[in-house]
Amino acid sequence: MVIQQIAFYLFSFVAIASAFMVIAARNPVHSVLFLILTFFNAAGLFVLLGAEFLAMILVIVYVGAVAVLFLFVVMMLDINFTELRHGFLQYLPVGAAVGIVLMIELLFVLGTWITAPEAKLGGESPISATATNTHALGQILYTDYVYLFQGAGILLLVAMIGAIVLTLRSREGVRRQSASEQTGRRRADAIEIKKVAPGQGI
Amino acid sequence: MASFWDAYLWPGVVVVAQCLAIIVPLLIAVAYLTLFERKVMAAMMLRRGPNVVGAFGLLQPFADGLKFLVKETVIPSGANKVVFIIAPMLTFVLAMIAWAVIPVSAGVVLSDINVGVLYLFAISSLGVYGIIMAGWASNSRYAFLGALRSSAQMVSYEVSMGFVIITVLLCVGSLNMTKIVEAQHGLWFAIPLLPMFVVFFISTLAETNRHPFDLPEAESELVAGYHVEYSAFAFALFMLGEYANMILMCAFTTILFLGGWLPPLDIAPFNWIPGFIWFLIKIVILLFVFVWVRATLPRYRYDQLMRIGWKLFLPLSLLWVVLTAGAIVAFGWYPTAS
Repeated sequence: MVIQQIAFYLFSFVAIASAFMVIAARNPVHSVLFLILTFFNAAGLFVLLGAEFLAMILVIVYVGAVAVLFLFVVMMLDINFTELRHGFLQYLPVGAAVGIVLMIELLFVLGTWITAPEAKLGGESPISATATNTHALGQILYTDYVYLFQGAGILLLVAMIGAIVLTLRSREGVRRQSASEQTGRRRADAIEIKKVAPGQGI
Repeated sequence: MASFWDAYLWPGVVVVAQCLAIIVPLLIAVAYLTLFERKVMAAMMLRRGPNVVGAFGLLQPFADGLKFLVKETVIPSGANKVVFIIAPMLTFVLAMIAWAVIPVSAGVVLSDINVGVLYLFAISSLGVYGIIMAGWASNSRYAFLGALRSSAQMVSYEVSMGFVIITVLLCVGSLNMTKIVEAQHGLWFAIPLLPMFVVFFISTLAETNRHPFDLPEAESELVAGYHVEYSAFAFALFMLGEYANMILMCAFTTILFLGGWLPPLDIAPFNWIPGFIWFLIKIVILLFVFVWVRATLPRYRYDQLMRIGWKLFLPLSLLWVVLTAGAIVAFGWYPTAS
């Protein structure tokens, strides 16, 4: 158990420290890299909880896809760093208010665990000894919550189609390649052999 | 003290020994893969290839490695130093740790976790960070363009790779690598899922930035792409990572489609040969195809690359997922492993 405790404190310390560095780092690209480190340590904490499926999905979705796009955007932006720090004080009250609300909510959650111990029984997610993580999740998602699950899927689909429709534009005068047309081209379509009589031309 | 030894120190020593037992042969394999590639390409181009250092050029990889070690490490003055140094280390480490879940033979695996496929997929999707960090930290136009191309390419092909993996998982019913291999007793998945095998293999070419999809380091336009500013051992780490990733992807393809360590037929002359030899033979055949493709095909244009990924492979693999799931339900071929 000592190893688990050391791992827990390591993951949580690095997660908190890198989360702090996300807002403290001067360079936005460094911020995103620290954010990735935070995600990674959160995945480590999931593994310690016995939720290895969630941990892997966190790494694949957030680190492997979402954060790459973040990094893309941040790298391509032409940001004036001094101007960015001017805005810091301006946005500080709003950010602090959101943070305080979140902290109060977390305190409420923790408070219930102390004041009403029976609520803890429903809130815990026991690790099933027989079924693997993936099976346990599948059995809940595709039976009890199948409509909610499908609803979430449709929501994402609508958002995706919306993003595509907003950015799709067909420009004039762009010559596009049609691969099937190219490969479907036959000799007879392109070449014509003519007998040219001397001195006459075609 | 004795309990401390039993509980922590001895398992720790065992794990370190197991890690070394994977990494050392892997590094030797990477070294000889470079020689293999040069020799095979030379044969295909009617040349001799490296034949001066050692008999048949067998010491050439070590000569190259020594040269990388003694060269000067140059860090460009405009570079972001910390990220510039971390990027090659990240690439190399990611290429190594993925091997923790690869079963080399029946039961011979460092960590037989039950989300093995997802772990491998997660690690291979992290590979893009080494490249994108290198491209950004170099503070050079060529390197940055290479990094952008590479990340877009890797993210695009991961989508269809994910669907191909789902198809295989539908037939297995487990995310465990060992169970995936054991489900292929009698019939390798390459036969019923042949189109997916082809899609997956081409996607691994794109995922490892190999020919004909090596646009990130297209030397005719980007000099060397994301590692143009790297020298000496930092560059060697990129090379080691790239070749280790090639071997890793071939091992992954072997496990998913070619029956891992299983012999082609479970009859007398074939099952005398131990499992890891079969595993090695299959990996070497796939690596040969990697090199063969490199020596044969011209580089794709970037829009053609994106077209193949999004307009051909994605619909095809999605269709195949639906077909496989439909066939399993319709004929009651539910997987038995769980």
